[in-house]
Amino acid sequence: MLSVKNLFVKFKTPEGVVRAVNNISFNLLKNQSLAIVGESGSGKTQLAFSILGLLDKNAESQGQINYQDKNLLNLDERSLNKIRTKKISIIFQDPMTSLNPYMKIKKQINEILIYHNSFTNEQATKESLRILDAVKIHDSRKTIDSYPHELSGGMRQRVMIAMSIICKPEIIIADEPTTSLDVTIQSQIMDLFNDIKKEFNSSIILITHNMGIIKNVCDNIMVMYGGKTMELGKTNEVFSNPLHPYTKGLLETVPSIDQEYKKLKTIKGNPINMISPPSGCIFRTRCPDPSHECLEGTSTNALIKIKADHWVDQCCVNCH
Amino acid sequence: MINFILKRISIAIPTILILIIISFILMHSAPGGPFTSEKPLPEQVLKNINAKYGLDQPMYIQMYNYITGIIFNFDFGPSFRYKDRSVNDLIAQGFPVTLKYGSWSFIIAVFFGVSLGVIAAIRQNSYLDYLSVGFSVSAQVLPNFVMAPILVLIFTLWLGWLPGGGWEGGKIQFVIMPVIALSTSYMASIARLTRSSMLEVLNSNFIRTARAKGIPKYKIIFSHALKPTLLPVISYLGPAFVGMITGSVVIDMYFSTGGIGLHFVNGALNRDYSTIMGITILIGCLTITFNLLVDIIYAWIDPKIRYDS
Amino acid sequence: MIILNKKFNEIEKNISKIQEVKGRSLWHDARVRFFKNKAAVVSLTTLFLVLLFSFLGPIFAKWSNEEIDWSVLGDISTLGYPSIETGHYFGTDELGRDLFSRVIQGTKISLMVGIVGALIAVVVGTIYGATAGYFGGRIDSIMMRIVDILMSIPYMFVLILLLVIFGRSILMLFIGIGLVSWLDMARIVRGQTLSIKKKEYVEAAITIGVSHFTIIRRHIIPNLLGVVAVYATLLVPGMILTESFISFLGLGVQEPNTSWGALISEGAGTMRYGTLWQLLFPLFFFVISLFSFFFIGDGLRDALDPKDR
Repeated sequence: MLSVKNLFVKFKTPEGVVRAVNNISFNLLKNQSLAIVGESGSGKTQLAFSILGLLDKNAESQGQINYQDKNLLNLDERSLNKIRTKKISIIFQDPMTSLNPYMKIKKQINEILIYHNSFTNEQATKESLRILDAVKIHDSRKTIDSYPHELSGGMRQRVMIAMSIICKPEIIIADEPTTSLDVTIQSQIMDLFNDIKKEFNSSIILITHNMGIIKNVCDNIMVMYGGKTMELGKTNEVFSNPLHPYTKGLLETVPSIDQEYKKLKTIKGNPINMISPPSGCIFRTRCPDPSHECLEGTSTNALIKIKADHWVDQCCVNCH
Repeated sequence: MINFILKRISIAIPTILILIIISFILMHSAPGGPFTSEKPLPEQVLKNINAKYGLDQPMYIQMYNYITGIIFNFDFGPSFRYKDRSVNDLIAQGFPVTLKYGSWSFIIAVFFGVSLGVIAAIRQNSYLDYLSVGFSVSAQVLPNFVMAPILVLIFTLWLGWLPGGGWEGGKIQFVIMPVIALSTSYMASIARLTRSSMLEVLNSNFIRTARAKGIPKYKIIFSHALKPTLLPVISYLGPAFVGMITGSVVIDMYFSTGGIGLHFVNGALNRDYSTIMGITILIGCLTITFNLLVDIIYAWIDPKIRYDS
Repeated sequence: MIILNKKFNEIEKNISKIQEVKGRSLWHDARVRFFKNKAAVVSLTTLFLVLLFSFLGPIFAKWSNEEIDWSVLGDISTLGYPSIETGHYFGTDELGRDLFSRVIQGTKISLMVGIVGALIAVVVGTIYGATAGYFGGRIDSIMMRIVDILMSIPYMFVLILLLVIFGRSILMLFIGIGLVSWLDMARIVRGQTLSIKKKEYVEAAITIGVSHFTIIRRHIIPNLLGVVAVYATLLVPGMILTESFISFLGLGVQEPNTSWGALISEGAGTMRYGTLWQLLFPLFFFVISLFSFFFIGDGLRDALDPKDR
């Protein structure tokens, strides 16, 4: 339904050009959910923004994002507006700043319906109340007449989710929807995503750095590092048989209750500086076991197929 | 909201009182009385004059009379210079003039300043943007007393289109140059403020949310971005108002428009204490009332302030 | 304890590794950024040239600022024009005095008023604002309430009132301008102090028992310096504008002294008789100097606070 092909995103900054997304390709099928996983700065948020044309002004994107026989990268603002929220919606990372602080919740939700579905204000309010109930906001009548600063973080994220599902879109992109929330709220929000998936038949792209929350929600997983795909496949397959050292590292960072107390593992080194990335394999500076080629910086990254539902970066396969 | 307004008023009233008391004390600490400065008067005459103006009474009684006079009768007392005219007469004659070109200047500065700033921000790095930035940077060094002679030089001396001064009951050709001279630098400041504020707002997360909703751009700008953009502009309106009222003194002097600024400067040059004081207090009250209004508008726009206090 | 120490050492090593990459000091970075800003560098040079002009100019002057050139008096508009032969490089003023020397004199006085006025504002404002911000609570709210009240008084009128009552002199001008100009500074410094005080490193210093005095000296003052430097640079043109405004009205610097405002006022008054140079020369110096101060201030701000880039 949505297919991304050879997507590149770069930013011009005073310090130099930042290549945030480098040659990313994936397909998202109907009713499927895809998790995009990686550390901060791995380019996953910019990837999400480029789908809906929400990149900053200094960004430049190349490649194809095909949806309904159209390349979204080539659409003008007006045609994009017909797709935004109506067909593809997005939930942002930070619910504290993503709602307009000068506008009541009511107006912020209603305007979507008024614009996309030509509702009157009364109709829109009715529908907004219904959807706020659906995302399990208690006392939706009070909430709808509030300003964002009067709501808690979890409530605001529920409002954001309500706005993203109100038009029953085909695809919902959730960009770290739980990062800034308490752990208990996190699991409630993830449950909500499961419900949405069942009820609306929407496809979901879940962007996160937390491997722990995706297992029960997402069918597929894509691991990103330095703007490139490191590993891609069915979630079960990747979880049970991780091939890339980065994926392994990410999985080991998840704390688990049934393990005995031991030191939490980390991935050695720091995320790379995206203005001057290492030459050759992007991961070589943090690879636990780099090959001779990698150390010299002459290796290149590309996905190769291991099994029907499992791709991994060739460099990693060649190395090990 | 009501609490907020009451709180503001509770600051405004003592401010006005302090202003009156300060100016009163200043005036009375001046070396010599108002009538001692020029040629010496016979002692009896001086006594009579002092008695006539109530200057022979203790200072606190004079102050009490003065303050109650202003509050209950809106009476600023007699002018010490013009025998047959009271300060009220001078104000009644000059204030409508100042009000007319002053309010035009204010409206024009705010309207064009905001529009220019918004357009520049929306079309960032376009020619319009550079034009607007260039204008607002150059106008920083073009205060009213620089603008006034430059305008007269161009439109009166070189082109001969507009009269170089006068008022004639406020005919349009007499109002144009005062308004431009007075409003230019404030228009520029407002444009600059609006532009940077709007750029900041347009970069904020909630605007990205609005864009993700798929609503049209003009709607994003008017219903989402404009309110927060205007907040810093609104807090600048107070200082702009003071600046323009102050600038009106130059306008009245240079264009002979005959507003209160003229009486103020004449009063200042002739040591006509009661006139300067009356005008200072009037302007102080106006300013404080205006600031109160600005605070209320600000609170009305920003829901956080409205509820916090 | 030993394990803990080991761990700390490890962390320290890691931290110092990261530091190696960006180990330059804030001030060094700021200097590099400032000198990359072309407008700021050009302005700095311009200002230096203006200063040079005001100090070295008299060497080249053929006439002093007080001499009257009787040969041109009476027909200034045809004989008093700028010329190298007569030695009046900038022409003469209405009284036949050499404008070149007058402009030098005015430049000196205007710059002096600007810099001294800004210095007063910086000293008073910083001490007042830092005290209010550091001690906070009741003291802060009372001190800031006073500033609020003083700020809503139309200061130019009070300043003129002061000048009228205590006589027009440069000293009075300094006192008057200094009295009102520290308010903004106090507010800014107070806000900055409040935010520095809440920073983790100050809290850390308090928890390990560092004294008030040391905290102020080691943390508060160094972090205030940037803001103070920026606003001080922007205060200078503000002071110059205030002084020029008052002098334009004839209430500021008095003959035989002069300033940019007074010279512009004279030039604006006489330009109708065809002596345009009397307006343009002082105006030129006024405009380029103000521009320079504004650009240097902006450059400093961008250099010290790089978030706006």
